[in-house]
Formats: sequence, C-alpha cells, structure tokens
Amino acid sequence: MKSEPLIRWDWITRNWDNGSPSAISTLLESHLLMAFVPVLLGLLVALPLGLACARWPRLYQPTAGLVNVMYALPSLVLFSIFLSVTGLTPATVIIPLTFFTLAVLIPAVVDGLASVPDHVRQSAVAMGFRPLRRLLQVELPVAVPVVLAGTRVATVSSISLVSVGALIGQGGLGELFMDGWQRQFYTPIIVGIALIVLLAVLADGLLVLAQRLLTPWSRAWRDAR
Amino acid sequence: MTTTRRRRRDQNDGTKSLIIFDGVTKRYQDGTVAVDDLSMEVPGGAITVLVGPSGCGKTTSLRMINRMVDATSGRILLGGRDVREIDPATLRRGIGYVIQHAGLFPHRRIVDNVATVPYLLGWNRKKARARAMELIELVGLDPKLATRYPFQLSGGQQQRVGVARALAADPPVLLMDEPFSAVDPVVRTGLQDELLRLQSELRKTIVFVTHDIDEAIKLGDTVAVLHTGGRLAQMAGPATLLSEPVDGFVREFLGRDRGIRRLSFISAKDVRLDPAPADLAVGGDDRPIGLRVDGRLVPYGTFDPESDSMRAALDAALLSPDGTAVAVDGDGRVLGVATREALDAVLRKYAGGLPDQRAPADQRAPADQRAPAGEGSPA
Repeated sequence: MKSEPLIRWDWITRNWDNGSPSAISTLLESHLLMAFVPVLLGLLVALPLGLACARWPRLYQPTAGLVNVMYALPSLVLFSIFLSVTGLTPATVIIPLTFFTLAVLIPAVVDGLASVPDHVRQSAVAMGFRPLRRLLQVELPVAVPVVLAGTRVATVSSISLVSVGALIGQGGLGELFMDGWQRQFYTPIIVGIALIVLLAVLADGLLVLAQRLLTPWSRAWRDAR
Repeated sequence: MTTTRRRRRDQNDGTKSLIIFDGVTKRYQDGTVAVDDLSMEVPGGAITVLVGPSGCGKTTSLRMINRMVDATSGRILLGGRDVREIDPATLRRGIGYVIQHAGLFPHRRIVDNVATVPYLLGWNRKKARARAMELIELVGLDPKLATRYPFQLSGGQQQRVGVARALAADPPVLLMDEPFSAVDPVVRTGLQDELLRLQSELRKTIVFVTHDIDEAIKLGDTVAVLHTGGRLAQMAGPATLLSEPVDGFVREFLGRDRGIRRLSFISAKDVRLDPAPADLAVGGDDRPIGLRVDGRLVPYGTFDPESDSMRAALDAALLSPDGTAVAVDGDGRVLGVATREALDAVLRKYAGGLPDQRAPADQRAPADQRAPAGEGSPA
C-alpha cells in the first residue's frame, strides 16, 4: 500500500485558480484585503488619536487602556459580536482587526512624537514655524521611523490574525486550515501556513524598504542622537 | 587676517536693532522668579554676552526677546517696538537663533536645513537653496556637505550649520543660547574665532548666552553678568569687567588670573624688539629653529606682534629658556626678540587699568601652539 505523501502537489495545481470561491488564489486575495485594510484604517485612526494623546497627555492612559482591553479580548469573541452587526462579510473580520492594530499604532504615534528631540522642536519654534506647519514638516517626519516600526508589527500580526476569521467563514487562507482539519488532509494546511508566512515576510520586507526610501536620514540617526 | 575684518555693513548699523529691556520680570506660576526687574540696553551691531551661574535667568532673558517666553511684567523693545505687539512667528523669522545642540532637522539635508527660514518666508526653492549655499561657504563649511544629512556631520560642523541657518534670511539680530558648550575645547575655540571673524564682516546685533566667563570675555563687546535669581550684577566691556568688578559676586565669578587675562586686551605691537641673538638658530627661510643651549637646540616661544596680545607675548617669553620671546611675522619669519625688560615696559604702562579696546585677533592661540608654517610642506 502506497503511503499518503505529506504534500499533494497536484492538489495545489488543481485548486490554485479553479474559479470556485475556495480556490487558493481567491482565498489569498481576500486574506490580503482583510489583513491590509485594518492596518490602513488603523493608521488613519491612530494618527489623530495619537496626536491628541501627545498633545494632551492625560488622554493617553485611558486611550491606551481601552485599546489594550480590546486587544486582550479573544478575537473570536469580537468576531461573534460583530457578526450580529455586519453579518458574514469581510467587515466582521476587518473591524476587530482594526482595533487590534490600534493597540500597537497609537503608542507608536505617541512614542514617535516623543522621539523628536527637544532641541529640534525648540529650534523649529525659534525659526518661526507655526504649530501646524511644525507638526507636518518637522515633528511627523521625524516620528516616521518609530511609526513605521509599529506599522511593521501591526501588519505582521494582522496577516496572522486574519486566519481566525475562518471560524466564521471569513478567514482568507485560514479556511485552508479548516478544510485540512476536517478532512485529515495536510496539504491545504501546509499551503496555508506557507503562504501566510510568505505574505508576512514580504509585507515586512516592503515596509523595511519603504522606511529606507522614506527616511534615508534615520539609519545612523538613532545612534548619533 | 583677511582684509575684510573691519568692513562694516551699513544697513546693520545704528540703533534700529537696539534691544532694550525695560524693567523685565519673569515669574513662573510656582512663584519662582527667573528674571527680576532686568533693565539693560543691548547695543546694535555688537556682541552682548549674558553670563552667569545656572538659574540666573540668562536663557529666559534671551528667550523673551523672540517671545519663546513672555515676560510677566516690563517691556522688551526691539528697534523701538514692544516685541509683544509682534506676532511671534513673524518676529522669530526676523531673528536668528542658535541653540546648544544646533537643533538641526535630522530629516532635512544640510542645504535645506540652512534654507529653513527662507522657505518659511516663502522664497522659491531655487533662490532659498542658492542663499543657503552662500551661507554654507560663509561659515567655512565644505559645499560638498550640503547634500548630507545632519547625522553625517561632526558636532562642530553641525554647530556651523546652526549658525548658517540662523543667518539665512539676513536677520539684523542673532540670539545664541550656549551654542558652543556641547563641543570639545579645540573645536569650541575654532567656532569662537569663526564667530568673531563673521561678526567683523556682518556686524549683527548678537545676544550670546553662556555660563563660561572665559567665553564671555573672549566674545563680548559688552558682558552682562547676572546674579542667581535673575538680577543684573554688572554690565561692562570685558576689560573694565576684569579690572573693576562691582562686587564680590562678580569678582568671584570672574575667577582667578583676572590680571593676566586682562593682558588679552593689550596688543603686543608696542613691544620694543631687539635683534635676534646669535644663539637663535634660524633656518634658510628666516624661520627660527631653536635656541642653542649647551650645544642642544631647545624649543622657544614665539608671538606675532601684529596680531597677538601681550598675554601671548608674555606666554612666549615664559616658554623660552632665556625668558625672551621670539617675534615672528605672519609667515613665521623672525623679526627680532622681545626681552623681559621690553615686555615689562609695556606691562608697566597698563598696570592698574586699561581701556576697553581689543587687540586685533588678540584671542587666537599663542603663536607657539600653532604649527610652525614650515611643517606644512608635503612629506
């Protein structure tokens, strides 16, 4: 009797792009959507909230506490809560994941602004920058390396967390795990893990590249400060 | 010395940039008084140094000029106008500001750092950058550094960029808050000399804050010594300050060697020179090599009567084995020697008091600390 191989390559080729909703390429697409939209939304929300927390430090502890509690809630619980509101749509995964990214991104924005050295801020004031222009042209650009470092963590964790959504039928590549477990068939599980890890590595690499391009001044800056 | 040393820029002269402190007090909410009823006049086109121990309110006083701090009471007039009537950002764009760590923007290239205020004033990029390049050269930086980022420069270079940035929009007034205190002593001396050179060309109204009395004496046309608690103790020219401190506080703050340090303000050009003695070995290019003592050549001290002070001349005499200072010209060629008697004749004239007049370039390192010009030839 021939033993079952660990990976059935023919299964992969047959299921890569076969037009069905459970084709691997379709799952990959929805995985990408559900992983990256929360990071983008998270940045959009974290930026003003982080600025507010930096401006009025008394806001920071309550805000950080709230998003941390959200982060501590099991994702499945959050999915179930939003299931009753948004139904079986990607939004049910995207909204909780957005809250998770906030737990990383809000502190990143606050720390980023705190990383602007006092003498840099002082000299901007003394040169005659008004507050808004100082924020946009000096403080935010100088905060970029720290914010990007937070974005890397948020992105990678978001890519990994999407798979939990499989439990409500919106898990992107995570659905391959469900499929594999239900049939005791390892190929989809291995494909799912490999693709998720690959996605995470690629996304992280792209963000590192973006940081190099956006902040050529920052590589030695942290040592020199 | 360059021929432009004494050139003046007419537009910066006169009373327009005069700053007047009129009974200025700064009291913080916790009751601390940083500046206490300060009244003083800062002359236009000169360097005024505010000096004092920490907590004397010198930085606060400086920052009240460009409204980074607002006075609790009293007025500060800039060119006759109360600064509190001027919008802070507009006011600050018209006043250069240099701080301790230079405060350069880490994310901007050097040229764009220098062009900061021109950009704020709405100049187009090309014009602003051209102006920035002029200033980069003016402060003695290699133009190649223009495209670098601040972290790629040394502390001393960054501080020069800070000065260039403060000068970019050609403001009549320059505020400098301990700008040279974070660099090592050799670099600091270089930056101080550079500032004096620039000032001899630009004639800005400079208010300079330091806790270092030697720096104050070296740079200030006028020195204001502030007491702890923000009271003005004495305001005078540096030589007057050294010879006539008003009270024990100022005397103590001036420290030791007041008499010797006063010699920095007397030019050595009046010292009588005698022909060089036979035991001074002179090379083919007229440069001294050493003094012959017991068949050995020993080092000697030199000074340049044209550019050095009596302090440097005396120092040179003390460094020579026979107590005579070797006088050399700008190229290092021997002019003669100053004997102790010749030095003493000048010293006698100035013992007790002296006018507040600076010897040209009196504050440069004594000649014997400079590399002999002959050593510059390629090996």
